[in-house]
Amino acid sequence: MTLNRRNFFKVIGVTGATLAIGKQLRAAPKTENNIEFSGVLYDSTRCVGCQTCESSCAEANGLPAPVGTIQAGVVRKTDESHRTVVNAFNTSKGEAYLKKQCMHCNEPACTAACLTQAMYKTKEGAVIWRGDKCMGCRYCMVSCPFDIPKFEYHSANPKIEKCNMCYNRLKEGKIPACVENCPAEALVFGTRRELIKEARKRINDNPEQYVDHIYGEHEAGGTGFLYLSAVPFDELGCNTSLQSKSYPELSKGFLYSVPTVFVLWPAILLGIREATKNNNSNADENE
Amino acid sequence: MQMKMSNTDYTIAKDNDGKSIWRFLAGELKPRGKFLTPFNIISIPVMILGLVLIVIRFWKGLGSITNLTQEVPWGLWIGFDVVTGVAFAGGAYVLTFMVYILNMQKYHSIVRITVLNGFLAYVFYAGALLLDLGRPWNVVNPIIGNSFGTSSVLFLVAWHFLLYMIAQLIEFSPAIAEWLGAKRARKILSGMTIAAVIFGITLSTLHQSGLGALYLMAKDKIHPLWYSEFIPVLFFVSSIFAGLSMVIFEGSISQKVFFKQISEGNHKAHNGILTGLSKICAVAMFAYFFLQVLVFIHGKRWDLLSTPMGYWYLLEMFGFVFLPMMLFFYSYRRNNIFMIKVAAILTMLGVIMNRLNVTVIGFRWDAAIRYVPTWMELAVTLAVIFTEIWIFRWVINRMPVLRESPSWVNDKN
Repeated sequence: MTLNRRNFFKVIGVTGATLAIGKQLRAAPKTENNIEFSGVLYDSTRCVGCQTCESSCAEANGLPAPVGTIQAGVVRKTDESHRTVVNAFNTSKGEAYLKKQCMHCNEPACTAACLTQAMYKTKEGAVIWRGDKCMGCRYCMVSCPFDIPKFEYHSANPKIEKCNMCYNRLKEGKIPACVENCPAEALVFGTRRELIKEARKRINDNPEQYVDHIYGEHEAGGTGFLYLSAVPFDELGCNTSLQSKSYPELSKGFLYSVPTVFVLWPAILLGIREATKNNNSNADENE
Repeated sequence: MQMKMSNTDYTIAKDNDGKSIWRFLAGELKPRGKFLTPFNIISIPVMILGLVLIVIRFWKGLGSITNLTQEVPWGLWIGFDVVTGVAFAGGAYVLTFMVYILNMQKYHSIVRITVLNGFLAYVFYAGALLLDLGRPWNVVNPIIGNSFGTSSVLFLVAWHFLLYMIAQLIEFSPAIAEWLGAKRARKILSGMTIAAVIFGITLSTLHQSGLGALYLMAKDKIHPLWYSEFIPVLFFVSSIFAGLSMVIFEGSISQKVFFKQISEGNHKAHNGILTGLSKICAVAMFAYFFLQVLVFIHGKRWDLLSTPMGYWYLLEMFGFVFLPMMLFFYSYRRNNIFMIKVAAILTMLGVIMNRLNVTVIGFRWDAAIRYVPTWMELAVTLAVIFTEIWIFRWVINRMPVLRESPSWVNDKN
């Protein structure tokens, strides 16, 4: 049967809408190469567990003072009012410390998850949260492989709390509060490229002091925070089974199939409808 | 819709024997039939309780009535209300596909009630999403375009929910027009049905699978027996028989509750419809089961089977997929209507199990503190379901959903 005028307009309409929407659903490019990502190198072998980073973080971000002291074997967690914690671990080389905070991934799962761009990877490398956009769906928390974003469950106007690499201070030309105040120089701020070079140098200069691994160089597609340690990282409570591909890669295939389905489905459906209509001999039709 | 209604006010007012539209609507709002039925006696207190809990939730925060944790940020309201509820609402796109695309006229008499059921399910279960949002006043952000998170699967799902609700409303709108006696509006609206159906099926394909794709990034958090890169495909295929089982279940109840509204011909045809649906369910479940087996073998997860989660997985696969699939085959062959209903209920339980296993039970299965919903989360969920049933009943008692269209209607859409 030939396409009549009405059907023709329907096809055009559906296809047009499809093209318009299909465009919006395409995954946005995530890396911007104008400015290099900044990051922080944390050297666990230098850390003395003084918790100065915890208290300076609280002060800089207007959060309550840290609670609890460090005790080997007791794992304290970051929560909705503490963006960073240091824990002590009994390792094969004695007591060692590890600082925990947002890792500021190169391609963060949280920003790919966010449907309002409230979680946002800035061109400086810091991953920040923007309250005026966030609708509190907590999909960032579901997606983050490090379990970093925390939600204020007991507030009528809840915020997502996480380390933002002191983004406001960065804008003023300062460095993150924890880095600035670390008395043991366990934390270094710089561009990610410089930091990896520095970490390599430390490992090469003292091969017996470090394990030959920079945690964060490849984990989850690479992170802004980079860790050095004397013992394998699983002894410090780090998840060592993370994939080296970025996490947004996992849903990319699905997102890429969307425009295809949007273009093909209506055409196929219309085709099937026309085909089955011809077979149907009875006259009580819809049109 | 509202815009369209106001455009046709004049026609409506004239068609209703000169009565003003407002007086007509006010009359329709009044309850009909007996008020103190067992359903009302149970549902009214639950709905009031739910309302109180919702007030507390917005006043004191989500933590005041839910057990959600920092590790498990999505609980019953997402895992059951939204993810499972939407799977059950899948009957609408499957049936419109069968009737409007494949021209299977046999199923025409149940299209309206299925689309209505689907539409209300989306309104209420996707609406339940608003209760779960910490900052619901920002819900317009992904819609008005000041901050499109286009790389987010949730962005796609949110948009599809919204668009699909509109498509379903258009599919259902001829019934509303018949109720209001708006002849001209009905003609325009029923002309839009096919476009809405095609758009709706496309949207459904993408967001039924999209609900599964939401969990793709939670790779390290979901039990490996339920996580695979094929979650979207599995969610889509299972939504076919989840939706149809719901159609069978809901249809069997509606046949009894709204007995008087259904014409004799449609009563007689109902058993034939059920056997037809059971055949489709059986085939879809076979495809689903086969896919699950492939995913399992591909993932080399034999060692996990002899753990408690492994037994749970086997129970889901054999007790609630394979068994009802065989029952559907059997009852189709033997024309056994009772067994079709049993199979439909088993299938629905299996779908609930599957969705909860991905979203709640298997999510952070290894966490020190497991998330278990509070009774208050359950109460709010029940209140949402009851409210939906109230609206469903209200519509069916007033609009030509099950009963025949008024005599002035000369086509069947």
